[in-house]
Amino acid sequence: MRDDNEYKIEAKSDTVSDVGTFESVTTTDIDYLPPKEIPDQDLYHSHSWWTTYVFSQDAKYIGIQYAFTAIGTGLLGLILSWLMRMQIAFPGLGLLEPAAYYQFLTMHGMIMVVYLLTALFLGGFGNLLIPLMCGSRDMAFPYVNMLSYWMFVLAVIVLLASFFVPGGPTGAGWTLYPPQAITAGTAGSNAGITLMLISLVLFVVGFTMGGLNYIVTTLQYRTQGMTLMRLPLSVWGIFTATVLAMFAFPALLVGGIMMTLDNVLGTSFFMPTVISMGEKLGTVGGSPILFQHLFWFFGHPEVYIVALPAFGIVSDLISIHSRKTIFGYRMMVWAIVGIGALSFFVWAHHMYVSGMNPWFGFFFATTTLIIAIPTAIKVYNWILTLWKGNIQLTLPMLFSLAFIVTFLNGGLTGIFLGNVTVDVPLSDTYFVVAHFHMVMGIAPILVIFGAIYHWFPLITGRMLDEGMGKVHFWITFIGSYAIYFPMHYQGFVGVPRRYFEIYDSPYMSVSGLSLNAFITVAALIVGATQLLFLYNLIFSARAGKKAEKNPWKANSLEWQTPEMPPEHGNFGKELPKVYRWAYDFGVPGAKEDYIPQTTPPSAVMGSKVEKS
Amino acid sequence: MIEKKGIFKSIFEKPWEQSQILKDNNHDGKALPISGSKLAVRYIMTVSTVIFSLFVISYSDRMLVHDWKSMPEPWLLWINTAILVLNSYFFHKTKIAADNINYEKIKKGLFIVGFLAYSFLIGQLIVWYLLMSNDYYAASNPANSFFYLFTTLHGLHLLGGLIFWGRTTSKLLKGNYKFANLQNSIELCAIYWHFLLIVWLVLFGLMLFT
Repeated sequence: MRDDNEYKIEAKSDTVSDVGTFESVTTTDIDYLPPKEIPDQDLYHSHSWWTTYVFSQDAKYIGIQYAFTAIGTGLLGLILSWLMRMQIAFPGLGLLEPAAYYQFLTMHGMIMVVYLLTALFLGGFGNLLIPLMCGSRDMAFPYVNMLSYWMFVLAVIVLLASFFVPGGPTGAGWTLYPPQAITAGTAGSNAGITLMLISLVLFVVGFTMGGLNYIVTTLQYRTQGMTLMRLPLSVWGIFTATVLAMFAFPALLVGGIMMTLDNVLGTSFFMPTVISMGEKLGTVGGSPILFQHLFWFFGHPEVYIVALPAFGIVSDLISIHSRKTIFGYRMMVWAIVGIGALSFFVWAHHMYVSGMNPWFGFFFATTTLIIAIPTAIKVYNWILTLWKGNIQLTLPMLFSLAFIVTFLNGGLTGIFLGNVTVDVPLSDTYFVVAHFHMVMGIAPILVIFGAIYHWFPLITGRMLDEGMGKVHFWITFIGSYAIYFPMHYQGFVGVPRRYFEIYDSPYMSVSGLSLNAFITVAALIVGATQLLFLYNLIFSARAGKKAEKNPWKANSLEWQTPEMPPEHGNFGKELPKVYRWAYDFGVPGAKEDYIPQTTPPSAVMGSKVEKS
Repeated sequence: MIEKKGIFKSIFEKPWEQSQILKDNNHDGKALPISGSKLAVRYIMTVSTVIFSLFVISYSDRMLVHDWKSMPEPWLLWINTAILVLNSYFFHKTKIAADNINYEKIKKGLFIVGFLAYSFLIGQLIVWYLLMSNDYYAASNPANSFFYLFTTLHGLHLLGGLIFWGRTTSKLLKGNYKFANLQNSIELCAIYWHFLLIVWLVLFGLMLFT
């Protein structure tokens, strides 16, 4: 009888892999792992106040430092956008001089893209999540990690210093195109642009040090049993984004160095023969288009440096909060890697109006549209993960849902703009402003909010206040549509972007004028709501509801630490051993609807994972 | 020792299947069979390669404009190049000495390497001086601008390498080290030095033939 049974189970195991097959084996046998081959990392233990709270070498702490610095800088970017919106909607107030408008425009763009989003996703979430999710005690090179953060601080200080130099910060637009960025007549064409370029060079150097840690830790310092394909998608997103940064940031560095020399030493790398204010400058023969190529060879992958971590994090949020295995894990990894690779072949779609060979534009239009394929796969997989899931409408889930919609919106307008013939008339209108704010402004920011609501208990041991969070979510979500939807219309009507005042020019219809006022009011409200979020952060960190351990019932390792918040060294005496991937949700036969990665097979006897 | 598949092959694994689970449980958590510090050096060399490649592309693009006037290469550059080749050769010797655990040779080797590296840098500064005294300034022609840019960046890379050379040497002199660590440092420095030699040969060749 017993033999029969065993025979049946064995025959069945062809179609269903069944942990129960091992019933005749003792528990210690199934849980057996070979002894550890890699010695434990030497951890740096700080002894003084300075090395604990300021020059900390603990990745978690550095991540939080990164996040605060980035958010602080981002707030300045937000205020700048308020001032610009006021000027656009109510030019009669005379709030800004033309030069100030362009300076704010430039600083807003640069701060938001580089100093907020890149720093927050890679520096902030990278440092917080990579060691914890990989099951390591810290980053591979904690000292270099600390240097990386302080280089970033230095970059921010140099950037902010440009507000206080003669001529003010640069007003060349965030793309900093020469020759106008460094010729008289553009605001901040001397000290301003020089400080901007120095700041960017510092950022790249600091970031290269950080990236070194993210890559080496992800590849070489994972815990036992943690294969690459068992990693949560958050790590995949951050890791791939770091690889992109490794190839993309050098282009910014190279362009930045050469433009600094053009400005300071008077070389002619990018500066053509220029007659400025009736006088011929000393420069000859330089190629401004070369700078544009270098800039966008950095600039386009930069979009994905921000987007890929967002993709990864949102995949985890959706899976955890709909209590369901992520749909098509392998496809998700391939899509991340594929998008990363393709992002290096599309840069010139930012230059359709710069003047280039039509065949060149045709090539880049094609590659741009091809990138829609892996991106669409991701969107479908998110939706299929939600399909028949046990959806919990928690705050992280709300933000994730809002992200999917927003990203889809921004992605669709991207298909318009990827085509040369459609892009040429729309390129200098508000349609483009609407597109890129939707796709790389609002969408990643929604993920950041979702991620903060999700991982706040891990950092502080307390939950963020749900009520304030809901208010914050609905105003931010609906408000950002109130801001950017009308801009699509304005773009179709032909309202040009970058103009510091338009009044009732022929480009501006009556509806366009009143929409401008509407957008500004919405922007002020959405911006002010972020203060509520900040208040929530401070309030909840001190007096929020105490979080239980693993409050979202997630599988990944960061929630399986012996203490929450995790202490120095993350995992106590023994590093965890990993027996499964991070997506064992709702496994039939298991007691709970989730099985953490550290759960040994003996603890979930009889649960079955269906074979694909 | 577990078989390493390579990163690109491993993304075809199905981590949820029982057969894969059993294999994965034995995984030691490393993707590549090398040390973390070796991977770090490779990372740095990759970033540098990207930087120098982009400069070479910019050089080739800028060269096509009619105002380009090639610069003469002073004879001293050949001597500097020879010094750098010797430098790499002695680093290789030092690495072999480290493999054979020959303290005297390691010490001597490291001193020779440092001396040659600083001689190279001083040699480059003299080249600058010679060129400038013949009115070849950085801003007078894009060819000159690129020459000064390339030599500066290459020199800065070498200076960065010298920091690690200095740390290794002082470790050796003070005597507080594990021998395996010392061997590792010497090997990584040697790899970096060979890399800088190749970069210099490419840049020098580019400037020589255009």
